[in-house]
Amino acid sequence: MAKMLMKGNEALGAAAIKAGCKFFFGYPITPQNEVPEYMSRELPNIEGGAFVQAESEVAAINMIYGAAGAGARCMTSSSSPGMALKQEGISYIAGAELPCVIVNISRGGPGLGGIQPSQADYFQSTRGGGNGDYRHLVYAPATIQEAVDLVMEAFDVADYYRNPVIVLGDGMIGQMMEPVEFKELKKRELPSKDWATTGTNEERKPNIINSLALDPAELEKHNQKLSRKYKEMEEKEVRHEDYKVEDAELVFVAYGTTARITRNVVDSLREEGIKAGMIRPITLWPFPMKAIQNVPASTKALLSVEMSEGQMIDDVKIAIEGRLPAYHYGRSGGMIPVPEDIIEKAKEILGGVK
Amino acid sequence: MAEEKIIMAGFGGQGVMSMGQLLTYAGMIEDKNVSWLPSYGPEMRGGTANCAVIVSDKQVGSPIINNDATTAIVMNLPSLDKFEADVRKDGNLLINASLIEKKATRDDVKVFYIKANEIANDLGNAKVANMVMLGAYLEISKVVKVDSVIEALKKVFGPAKEHLVPLNKDALEKGAESVR
Repeated sequence: MAKMLMKGNEALGAAAIKAGCKFFFGYPITPQNEVPEYMSRELPNIEGGAFVQAESEVAAINMIYGAAGAGARCMTSSSSPGMALKQEGISYIAGAELPCVIVNISRGGPGLGGIQPSQADYFQSTRGGGNGDYRHLVYAPATIQEAVDLVMEAFDVADYYRNPVIVLGDGMIGQMMEPVEFKELKKRELPSKDWATTGTNEERKPNIINSLALDPAELEKHNQKLSRKYKEMEEKEVRHEDYKVEDAELVFVAYGTTARITRNVVDSLREEGIKAGMIRPITLWPFPMKAIQNVPASTKALLSVEMSEGQMIDDVKIAIEGRLPAYHYGRSGGMIPVPEDIIEKAKEILGGVK
Repeated sequence: MAEEKIIMAGFGGQGVMSMGQLLTYAGMIEDKNVSWLPSYGPEMRGGTANCAVIVSDKQVGSPIINNDATTAIVMNLPSLDKFEADVRKDGNLLINASLIEKKATRDDVKVFYIKANEIANDLGNAKVANMVMLGAYLEISKVVKVDSVIEALKKVFGPAKEHLVPLNKDALEKGAESVR
């Protein structure tokens, strides 16, 4: 199929439909409004498809709970404060083991914050803003093409694990245009949805979808089952890109929009003869721990570059286990890091590290 | 061409965003790496609008342009004031002289004064001032072929607006002429 020039938010919607998404429930918030706009235009044209603008984000995520429970491929999208409102529902969905895809085109916070690009939802996405022992995959695309590929895969991954999957972008990913191509995915072997509440036809026992378990022994057993599932994700689903890491003295860690800026920084530093490289986490959870641990012997320090006051740096530090110094450089509130400033920080670090 | 980084700016309604999209589309048609990044925010009608376009032989890294634009195309005075400093040394600054009386203050960039609105009016449609500017830019930079922009136009406008293609073509040509 030929390449198309698409805005990030629209491409996310198009990818979802290509992946078989039939239902979208959402509530408007900048900078992701083109996702529901696209879905409201396109889903009604699809057989059995429906778009609902809910009365709130809380309602939208609970509509997802219902649709996912009925075995349908469904998606919701929002931006940071809206995502905060969805957290309770996400916890319930994870607890009830239902598949769905949730897009967060994040913005500056805390609180209502601003509307410019930000990566301050790293904790919310990777630690879970909801209650209880639960996890979900978090994909962080850096290009519109990658966003499309990951959304399409996210539906399969969600079905495979019966778990919500988050796709985390920011205003820049949502608003920019790049060429995209909708490629056929390598299909995963997916289990049948024999758990879905599709009506018994009086031929089988009712399926029950629930996240309440008052017997602690039973709930612990459920938690352990979930835990095994999360372990499997950690083993199989980690994804990252290494850029010029082989001989690097300074290894940047950056994702999404920030990784694009950092890629330029790596090139600039290399032109000056400074050996820099970058590890770009594509999954934020599970985090590419091994990639960080396996930096070459030449590496003297790690530098996490984020559009936050310092969140992913925690995972970088957990991964490196104190063997190398790990630093943070960040801008926040919708301010975007400038290459010159990152370069200055890099030189400052290399000047100080022996 | 290695990498062209273009800032396009003006007030809402001058066709700054679509001028950027056409260039991006044309770059894609020529199989180049491209990105189009709009400013977005709580702008009011008639407020300023700008977009950053990158057309490159290699993978586009950051889609943001700061202080390293190879070209800035400014359609109104606030845009000149805001983006003049972002053009790199020896870069191009295209000024819509129909609406901007002020001269550029930089002397280390190539400045082109184009009476885009007058030229567009002569063609019978003030709305194609953006295409005049784009035509001038293509003549200067040769970043993509004019034919690719025309092809992009047809794709973006669709068959219903096919009749507007000759006018836009003329505007591109007149723009090119103005800087020849």
